[in-house]
Amino acid sequence: MSAAALDTRPALAPRRLARAGRFVRANPVTSVGFAIIGLLIAIALLAPLIAPYGSDQLDASSVLSPPSSTHLFGTGTYGEDIFSRVLYGARYDLLIGFAAVAIGLTLGCSLGAIAGFFADPVDEIIMRVMDMISAFPAFVLAMGIAGALGPSLRNLIVAIALVNVPVYARLMRGSFLVVKRSQYATAAVGVGAPPWRILRWHLLPNTWSPIFVQATLQFGYAILDAAGLSFIGLGIRVPTPEWGVMVSLGIEQVITGQWWVSFFPGLAIAIAVMGFNLVGDGLRDLLDPRRS
Amino acid sequence: MSALLETRALRKVFPLRLGLTSRVSLVAADDVSVEIERGRTLALVGESGSGKTTVGRCILRLDEPTAGEVLLDGEPVTGLRPAQLRRMRREMQMVFQDPLDSLNPRHSVGELVAEPLMLHGTVPRAQIRAELEDLFRMVGLGPQHIDRLPHQLSGGQQQRVGIARALAPRPKLVVLDEPTSALDVSVQAQIINLLRDLQAERGLTFLFISHDLAVVNLIAHRVAVMYLGQVVELGTTEVVLERPAHPYTRALLAAVPVDHPGQTRERIVMRGEPTSPIDPPDYCHLVPRCPFALPLCSEVASELVEVLPGHATRCVRYQREHVNGSWAPER
Amino acid sequence: MAAILEVSGLTAAFPTPAGPARVLDGVNFQVQDGEILGIVGESGSGKTLTALSVLGLLPAAARVLGGEIVYRGSNLLALDRRAMNRVRGEQMAMIFQNPRSSLNPLYRVETTLAQVLRTHRRLRGDEARRVEIELLADVGLSDPARVLRRFPHELSGGMCQRVMIAYAIASNPRLLIADEPTTALDVTVQLQIIELLARLRQEHGLTLVLITHNLSVVAELCDRVLVMYLGRIVEEAPVLEIFDRPRHPYTVGLLGSRPSVHAGGSLRTIPGQVPDPRERPRGCAFHTRCAFAQELCATDAPLPETVGDNHVVECHFWRELA
Repeated sequence: MSAAALDTRPALAPRRLARAGRFVRANPVTSVGFAIIGLLIAIALLAPLIAPYGSDQLDASSVLSPPSSTHLFGTGTYGEDIFSRVLYGARYDLLIGFAAVAIGLTLGCSLGAIAGFFADPVDEIIMRVMDMISAFPAFVLAMGIAGALGPSLRNLIVAIALVNVPVYARLMRGSFLVVKRSQYATAAVGVGAPPWRILRWHLLPNTWSPIFVQATLQFGYAILDAAGLSFIGLGIRVPTPEWGVMVSLGIEQVITGQWWVSFFPGLAIAIAVMGFNLVGDGLRDLLDPRRS
Repeated sequence: MSALLETRALRKVFPLRLGLTSRVSLVAADDVSVEIERGRTLALVGESGSGKTTVGRCILRLDEPTAGEVLLDGEPVTGLRPAQLRRMRREMQMVFQDPLDSLNPRHSVGELVAEPLMLHGTVPRAQIRAELEDLFRMVGLGPQHIDRLPHQLSGGQQQRVGIARALAPRPKLVVLDEPTSALDVSVQAQIINLLRDLQAERGLTFLFISHDLAVVNLIAHRVAVMYLGQVVELGTTEVVLERPAHPYTRALLAAVPVDHPGQTRERIVMRGEPTSPIDPPDYCHLVPRCPFALPLCSEVASELVEVLPGHATRCVRYQREHVNGSWAPER
Repeated sequence: MAAILEVSGLTAAFPTPAGPARVLDGVNFQVQDGEILGIVGESGSGKTLTALSVLGLLPAAARVLGGEIVYRGSNLLALDRRAMNRVRGEQMAMIFQNPRSSLNPLYRVETTLAQVLRTHRRLRGDEARRVEIELLADVGLSDPARVLRRFPHELSGGMCQRVMIAYAIASNPRLLIADEPTTALDVTVQLQIIELLARLRQEHGLTLVLITHNLSVVAELCDRVLVMYLGRIVEEAPVLEIFDRPRHPYTVGLLGSRPSVHAGGSLRTIPGQVPDPRERPRGCAFHTRCAFAQELCATDAPLPETVGDNHVVECHFWRELA
């Protein structure tokens, strides 16, 4: 007689490749997202090897020339190769995205966890501060912070991170309020677990899922914010090949018909954001323990 | 004193705020004084709003009692500071109503059952796995279940895990809060048999919270019937179920569906719905609904009084009118 | 008495990565006009899915693989959505297990009730109001006018269930399907609801199909009983027969595993648990847990055999076990 549990683990772990194949077939959309992100990371890492020109290299003879066999994405105002700069740009934008999200998430989630776990009065204080921050339109606030700190890569990341802290705080607090009420949380108290263990081992693992989803979506916004801030001059300085800066450099050229200067970096931004959004959508299902 | 668990005048009140200025008190449990002897089972019986779950939680200090004392083996549980309380928890454990929700979905059931062992250091690390296998076998599971996640087990298996977890630190007292209500009938029967066997083999002491009088009949030695936060009757299972001394107990018994289509039973109709637990009166809470209520009942404070050896009731009329355990009032 | 509902060969499955999981496996039964029929089973028996199939409310993922559901001459499975909506509203109704979560929390009782009356009985305004009050009084609510103004969360569990019954009978259906109507209620309230359902059958000539895992509720209320296991009906008999002369080992096991208020002793249990429908046992679905299983049971599925008056069982060895 079989003790027929509802799900049985296979006796041996199936081969990785077969599992990956099943994954792709079961989650086509998310897989595309992962593929895009993977491609971008590869580009960022391999840029010096695959870029035909240096990011600062100027070719005075072909200023503002359209896409051609020698310059795949054309050249800009000073003869710089757009294609190479887009490739190098991946480094900056991915870095900004990851760093801003990581900092914002860590800070926001810590505050949210504390607010949710300890409840009033700590909860009230933290959440009202979060409310104050989110009372500003995010971009305006980022502008303010970046403007106050001065334009640089580091300050750009800090500005974007800070602006997004309330999002994570609120999510984390909400998650905590829910898991706090669960019977397994009560059971943890019942077996004699101290508060830190309950927070770390019982509650936190059950709160991650919505955070991860939000984080991947925020990644896209972070890139957009960076692009926007750089566009108005509050982010990275001009020669640096960051996609947002590149778009801003090419704006005047659009009117005179040299569309490629802004288009390709803009396209890169769009693809990156889409990649992260696609992953974000599928991530929640993936993280559910019931799917193991 | 051989009582393993004793509560004295346990009371739990939730302050509520209605509107900006008015504050009222929701009395979830009031004047609950019960005892459980070592190796025996006391059932707390009642419907929703009776306070039975609240009492169970207060005894374990999962909720803080507003007043009253809880003593485990003569030692006070109320009044312990957090660190002392955590150590005390080793001696008193709980089995929860919803088996799936009481198990953390992110960890294997083995990890969850091992947690009390690790927290209280009762078993050296190297032997935890062996201890787990013993515990799982004791509740009718096998070693192959140890590394499963909760959702991979059936409801009955999940509840067995819950029981294993409660028994892991070898507690003196186990509080079971409706442990079979969420289970199928045949699985319920398996769990009830398991609990009876475990009690017989290991001399465990149970506080069994339930609304199901039939299950209580099988597993409890003594019964406390609760209504709106108060214990209205207290006695041995046999006496309370066969010769109840309170109209509410009689109504509960009358409401149990028959075992067989040919049976009939006493019909007691209690009018209306339970009254509010907010700011309750001093006199018997059942008055608005009781088919036997007299004007006297709203004038006298109701106390739990022992009317026969080991049998107590709050019913004022019973206290005054019974003759050697018999009371046959007209409606 | 005529049969107002005839279900034959109903088979349904859910697609899963491991292949289709058959949750209903050739269900055959009839419901006589005016009777109270009990469908008894545990998780995985298919009793709720049977009810949902009759009402055309199966979840989207489920696939009906075969069979007919004939209600007063028409095959419900062949109806288009509009026709099925009419049947669902005017001929049949269903009440569910957890009353509070089955009522829309955003609307007062009167709003939802008025909608039912408007759609199915073309009543509006004062006349609708009158009928609404009548309905609520009919289901045993005192002070109907006040209840009408309430939201579901302001009502107790028992009152919610009565309100749901009122919605269900508002359109004067012939057939009412009740899925575990008393499971989530306190025992005193449960009794009131049982009495209400009995009275409705009496006064309105309602035919009632009661789905439950609680055999005692069946003993209180039902005329006839079907016992289901893993998507098949394993035994069918009038209620006294089922309790006095159960023939299927599963039925015997269910009856024996019930605790009783007045009797003591150990409970006889059915070993193991209900198999996953994806791993349906070959032959007799119950043989993996049956104390009397023989070789034949593991290879051949038993066919329904008549055991007595209106008493049918699916077991190879019912004679030997009697």
